[in-house]
Amino acid sequence: MSTSTEGQTESTKEVVQIEEATIRFCGDSGDGMQLAGTQLTNTSALAGNDVATFPDFPAEIRAPRGTLAGVSGFQISFASRDIFTPGEIVDAMVAMNPAALKTNLADLKRGGVLIANSDMFVKKGLEQAGYETNPLADDSLDSYQLFEVPMTKMTRLAVEGLDLTMKEADRCRNFFAMGLVFWLYGRSLDPTLRFIESKFKRLPAIAEANKRALNTGYNYGETTDAFTSSYQVEKAKLTPGTYRNMTGNELSAWGLIAAAKLSNKELFLGSYPITPASDILHELSRRKEFGIRTFQAEDEIAAVCSAIGAAYAGHMALTTSSGPGIALKGEGMGLAVMMELPMIIINVQRGGPSTGLPTKTEQSDLLQVMFGRNGECPMPVIAAKSPSDCFQTSIDAWRIAARLMTPVMILSDGYIANGSEPWRIPKFSDLEPIPISHPGPRADDDEPFMPYARDEMLARPWALPGTVGLMHRVGGLEKSDGDGNVCYDPDNHQHMIETRAKKVANAAKLIGPLEVMGPEKGKLLVLSWGGTYGSCRTAVTQLQEEGQEVAHAHIRWINPFPENLSEILSSYEHVLIPELNMGQLSLLIRNQFLINTINLNKVKGKPFAVEEIVVKARDILG
Amino acid sequence: MASAELPVLKASDFASDQDVRWCPGCGDYAILAQMKKVMATMGMEREKTVFVSGIGCSSRFPYYMNTYGMHSIHGRAPAFATGIKSTRPDLTVFVITGDGDALSIGGNHFMHAIRRNVDINIILFNNRIYGLTKGQYSPTSEIGKVTKSTPMGSIDNPVNPISLAIGCEAAFVARSVDVHIKHLGETLKRAAQHKGVSFVEIYQNCNVFNDGAFSYATDKAIKSDNVIEIEHGKPLIFGKNRDKGIRLNGMQPEVVELGKGITEDDLLFHDEQAPEPTLAYLLSRMRHPEFPEPIGILRAVDAPKYDQQLNDQLALAKEQKPNADIDELFNSGDTWTVE
Repeated sequence: MSTSTEGQTESTKEVVQIEEATIRFCGDSGDGMQLAGTQLTNTSALAGNDVATFPDFPAEIRAPRGTLAGVSGFQISFASRDIFTPGEIVDAMVAMNPAALKTNLADLKRGGVLIANSDMFVKKGLEQAGYETNPLADDSLDSYQLFEVPMTKMTRLAVEGLDLTMKEADRCRNFFAMGLVFWLYGRSLDPTLRFIESKFKRLPAIAEANKRALNTGYNYGETTDAFTSSYQVEKAKLTPGTYRNMTGNELSAWGLIAAAKLSNKELFLGSYPITPASDILHELSRRKEFGIRTFQAEDEIAAVCSAIGAAYAGHMALTTSSGPGIALKGEGMGLAVMMELPMIIINVQRGGPSTGLPTKTEQSDLLQVMFGRNGECPMPVIAAKSPSDCFQTSIDAWRIAARLMTPVMILSDGYIANGSEPWRIPKFSDLEPIPISHPGPRADDDEPFMPYARDEMLARPWALPGTVGLMHRVGGLEKSDGDGNVCYDPDNHQHMIETRAKKVANAAKLIGPLEVMGPEKGKLLVLSWGGTYGSCRTAVTQLQEEGQEVAHAHIRWINPFPENLSEILSSYEHVLIPELNMGQLSLLIRNQFLINTINLNKVKGKPFAVEEIVVKARDILG
Repeated sequence: MASAELPVLKASDFASDQDVRWCPGCGDYAILAQMKKVMATMGMEREKTVFVSGIGCSSRFPYYMNTYGMHSIHGRAPAFATGIKSTRPDLTVFVITGDGDALSIGGNHFMHAIRRNVDINIILFNNRIYGLTKGQYSPTSEIGKVTKSTPMGSIDNPVNPISLAIGCEAAFVARSVDVHIKHLGETLKRAAQHKGVSFVEIYQNCNVFNDGAFSYATDKAIKSDNVIEIEHGKPLIFGKNRDKGIRLNGMQPEVVELGKGITEDDLLFHDEQAPEPTLAYLLSRMRHPEFPEPIGILRAVDAPKYDQQLNDQLALAKEQKPNADIDELFNSGDTWTVE
């Protein structure tokens, strides 16, 4: 349903206007913190704010209750201006237990709002979190606005008479916490009440209990003397249009649906479940009415191979994974490069190496996707920069894949894949079509079909099985250009290696120039790629407001680079490359352009704090 | 206007223009010849057929067929074939593989393609050796096999391809022999006709690295005692004079001589359509030299096909949501408008 922003609610207490707020819900991984965060996000988006989110959860589905390892968090920023990150200094924090407080408190700003479920700050929970004394009772939290709220008791009271078990009653606590935060920021309860109605349609008692808990939390804020004022964040001045809140993974999927339709193709996904990429498989699996076939393969290898089969058969082919799975797909991707078939491979990056940090973000697979295949095996690589950008990235990738008859790698990461922001909904008819043609049938006495004949971009024809007279064989052995027959001739091999590389390089003619935000030349260029876009853009904007001579350029296509990148790089005294890895883009830039770069590297499973980039830039600027 | 009548293709019309490069005397030649003949006999269309292979000597097969084809990577052919058949049910898809390709590096895909019952035809050329890499033992090599990589003899317990396929509940399972050309042609024909996955193991002689591995089953003088041609509804009889049979003793098969009070009615009767794979499995356990090895169709039952069900689900989804509109999808859920 569409509304023209749902209004702020009325309060009898003082209302303080603020420009931006960053909230974090944290609790046990079974406490429903992701749900609480998602509801606040949607409600804030519906209220007209710009929003950005950062879900942060452990790899274990249910680590032992109350332990530090089991803490799950969801952070959201909402603002009356354009924002590009979910913030790093938290204004208000809800801690459902001592472990959550212990692991998250460092991010709460001095003087910030701390709402703690005091019922959980008892002997066992305190011991599990490693507290010797109760932090709510000593003076350790004096520099925060501490609100001790007996959430468990209040929630149990609220649901009395509904014939719930104690466990069921306690599972409503997240709605109580939501209600309280909704009051604190003047948020309407309506979207969440609607959500409860639809989610628990078949469980009326649970629906009623959650509604009561939500209302009780809200009323608690309004009536208790503890809270003297609430906050209000005005609507943001977003570009006019219709919006909805979307995660990067959802938008990757929708971009693929759109790309299939734009090219008049049906989509085939071969995939194997892996964090944090599985949500793309889930989303596409429930969209069969758009002609989408999804195949949950027996392993990562079968996933990529089935997709290549679908590509040969004439479908828009896709496989999705994360770093460990991409490693397994290496030989298959090499075959797709060799056979010159169009397909998309999505790598939603996570912390590595090996199993690494499955639920945390990192940008450390760049060199893997550039070079992680045997032989000279180039493939176009594009990286999405934000949750919204995942949509366009899918379309851009397929356009290049189909035009050049090549697999294309999309890099996303856990941060933008699980993070969400308002997405301005496009009209399908405004999107540029992706024309694809296939050679037609031939008679026996026609010239023989040449499966590896090339057009002006060096792309070969996409001949579909079932077409009379175009019978041909493809494979992993080197083939002679033109007829595609197996060929071990030394000069032909050299020629084919060079041709495949030139073809990929030709993508630069199709991707458009790189844009720079800020002065065209000067002291410092911040160069970024992928999910660090938001932090870098915010940092550079802040520096520019301070009057610093600094510009920002963000690369989406990494192979090939935009044609004007060389010129841009040479226009600045210094180039700073912040990356959530140990310097992988930097290595590529240094190699290709023979310039010095300054690296800012971080591998903590977390995105950059804006301040980290600002400090480094100031350092360089002197 | 072209004539509505399709031109009749000869076996040679299914040959590509590429020179066949197997070693002279290789069993693969006989299989290639039978395949072309079967396709011509069955009136199959070249443009509607795709041969997919992995890596190994046998996997060069697609290059020699004038059809669509893919020479893919080691062990993965069933996965490519699954992608092709799932998106294009109108195509006939063959997987050409070997004992190393299907059962060693590709064991996982072999198992899953079979249990899903994808409508593809998996033809396994079993020569019990690695030929392309010049003579290492394979997962079907016998214990004690001396090869370049097992100078003191293999200590790997070999896998029985038919037992493995039946363990995955293969709906169609058959075995034939490269030089037994009439039987081979008939078997390939039945496999191609079967809807759903069909698995055919072919005993194939590698005359360079493992010559005579199946001489017990091919040597005219002794083969009648060492193989048993099984037929649906018929008793299991073998021997040069057709005087021996297989009888069930409890759960165990035993070799008996006909006459002396034992008649055909006492023998085990083959039922390729038995709903449970138990009988087919029992037959697959009959190994040389204790037993004659069964050739023919061990199992042929109808079962739900993966590719068909996948496409049925798509059709159902389209029926439930006719005129699925992408703009409607984009604008679904909670949206808001900024003026």
